[in-house]
Amino acid sequence: MRVFVPCDSSALSMGAEAVARAISKQRPDATVIRNGSRGMFWLEPLVEVETPGGRVAYGPVTADAVPGLIEAGFLEGKPHALCLGLTEEIPYLKQQERLTFARCGITDPLSLADYVAHGGFRGLERSREMTPEAIVEEVVNSGLRGRGGAGFPTGIKWRTVLNAVSERKYIVCNADEGDSGTFADRMIMEGDPFVLIEGVIIAGLAVGASHGYIYCRSEYPHAFRATQRAIAICYEKNYLGERAGFDLEIRLGAGAYICGEETSLLESLEGKRGQIRPKPPLPAIEGLFGMPTVVNNVISLATVPIILDKGGAYYRDFGMGKSRGTLTIQIAGNVKHGGLVEKAFGVTLRQAIYDFGGGTASGRPLRAVQVGGPLGAYFPESLLDTALDYEAFTEKKGLLGHGGIVVFDDTVDLAQQARFAMEFCALESCGKCTPCRVGATRGVEVIDKIVANQDRAKNLEVLDDLCELMLDGSLCALGGLTPYPVLSAVRHFPEDFYASH
Amino acid sequence: MDTANVIERIQELQHLPGALLPILHRLQEEFGYIDEAMIPLVAEALNISHAEVHGVISFYHDFRRAPVGRHVLQICRAESCQSMGCNSLIEHVEKSLGVSLGETTADGNFTLRPVYCLGNCALSPAVMLDGQPYGRVSAAVADSLIENVRRHA
Repeated sequence: MRVFVPCDSSALSMGAEAVARAISKQRPDATVIRNGSRGMFWLEPLVEVETPGGRVAYGPVTADAVPGLIEAGFLEGKPHALCLGLTEEIPYLKQQERLTFARCGITDPLSLADYVAHGGFRGLERSREMTPEAIVEEVVNSGLRGRGGAGFPTGIKWRTVLNAVSERKYIVCNADEGDSGTFADRMIMEGDPFVLIEGVIIAGLAVGASHGYIYCRSEYPHAFRATQRAIAICYEKNYLGERAGFDLEIRLGAGAYICGEETSLLESLEGKRGQIRPKPPLPAIEGLFGMPTVVNNVISLATVPIILDKGGAYYRDFGMGKSRGTLTIQIAGNVKHGGLVEKAFGVTLRQAIYDFGGGTASGRPLRAVQVGGPLGAYFPESLLDTALDYEAFTEKKGLLGHGGIVVFDDTVDLAQQARFAMEFCALESCGKCTPCRVGATRGVEVIDKIVANQDRAKNLEVLDDLCELMLDGSLCALGGLTPYPVLSAVRHFPEDFYASH
Repeated sequence: MDTANVIERIQELQHLPGALLPILHRLQEEFGYIDEAMIPLVAEALNISHAEVHGVISFYHDFRRAPVGRHVLQICRAESCQSMGCNSLIEHVEKSLGVSLGETTADGNFTLRPVYCLGNCALSPAVMLDGQPYGRVSAAVADSLIENVRRHA
């Protein structure tokens, strides 16, 4: 009999390791498989058992609960207080449209046989029979846009690199997922790393690159190790290496948020300080070591295999407006049912937070939501009907970013959140441009003065000016978007800036 | 410092394109921190200046120029964890350990560090102790984690 206990970091953070050990110890006859997470984190560790009728879920399971579960016959899928029924029938999961995450949580992340049995490498096989131009056009037709945050059409980027003439080209995967409230990249790297590797190999075929790097943040040691092992397995089986004509290496960042910015990331990969490069030239023309380079986010690359397998049109049929396909929504912060929800673009914030998230964890009224990480705007309850779509968010002066939602209840102080945005920018600024390097520090000071009621009206004006300067004058998104959380806090929650705290 | 050992570690990786970060990570993993005396060795191997090596070490939050405690406790202080009260958790842990964020306890047992997102945002507040993640960390959970380390010290 087969039992699944996730090895995902979030599951581990709730004691999955001890649960796996307890099951193995008491029932050595059971095969314990360490799968990825299904993304229903409030139920972690979510243990599943295979039954003739499908996989049955139990959660959240603690090591202490294991003897009772075994006694109740959970290995045969029998009832228990922690039983959640058939996993696939859990509404949170059933209502999703999982394309990128089709296998995550189902397979053993490091079993190539499992990967292939669940549709793995079909996209790669199809790509091998196509011309580079045809692969690129398939991705263009899919409408896939960069899931890292900027939302630039992936296929167009690839086309630029394909058309660049060079002896050497690179594929770089940006796995520096630093935005608070996001964990989709981590889940893929821990739960289905082969799909990312497949995506990188296809990108290489598409643009004529023979080398790839995955730049993983150091805060993700488990994701790093899982992907590193998956790469080694692909070398053993000749999916990578000389015979495959493609080399892939995973590199570790060193705790710098700015390295999530693509040019900074390239500098870091070259062994330098992670300082921004002015654009142009675009990395697609002059990227890593001066060569044409595709820089794509983990989710963008992990979505490529299904596009090549089922065709661009299949993927494009999901979604709304100019946002095609699915969005991996990450529901986080002060929320009851935090987790990963992959759905076609078009879900509203309210649906994500209430229908999936179940409202605040504290049970107190929701007051603010930050979408898109530390550079995303704070939205009040009145904007919750905004659809999770690139254009819809831009229209409301927000940022969809990597699709992470952080929920705050009514104890939040938006003046403090605005201050933190500036503080974080000052801490993580690479120092290359003055609006960001100096502006962020001044921003903290000005907000402190406003909160302390020193010339409040004047200082609010200064803050406005400063934000405008950072928006217009910064070299990259760190300085350029830090005004988003700050100005949105002032605009939507002025009362927090008007009373001294 | 075991110079021969340091040189050997550097030589293992110096052939990589953009080898500096991998080398610094390896040295820190092996020796716990990047000693001042390692800088000229790294610079020479990569044919770059001492200043360049120094510049990279000082740019990244991860690289340490002095030894840290036997155990490293990282507490996330990014937005998601803020929404679940990480600031009061930090205050509590600072009091329990008698140090502030960024400091090491007098007995050299713990180094307390801030971290900006561990990717465990659905289970905030999150911490990482010696590379192991913990979620939904209340003050009581933090106390038991610390107590557990102390008992095994």
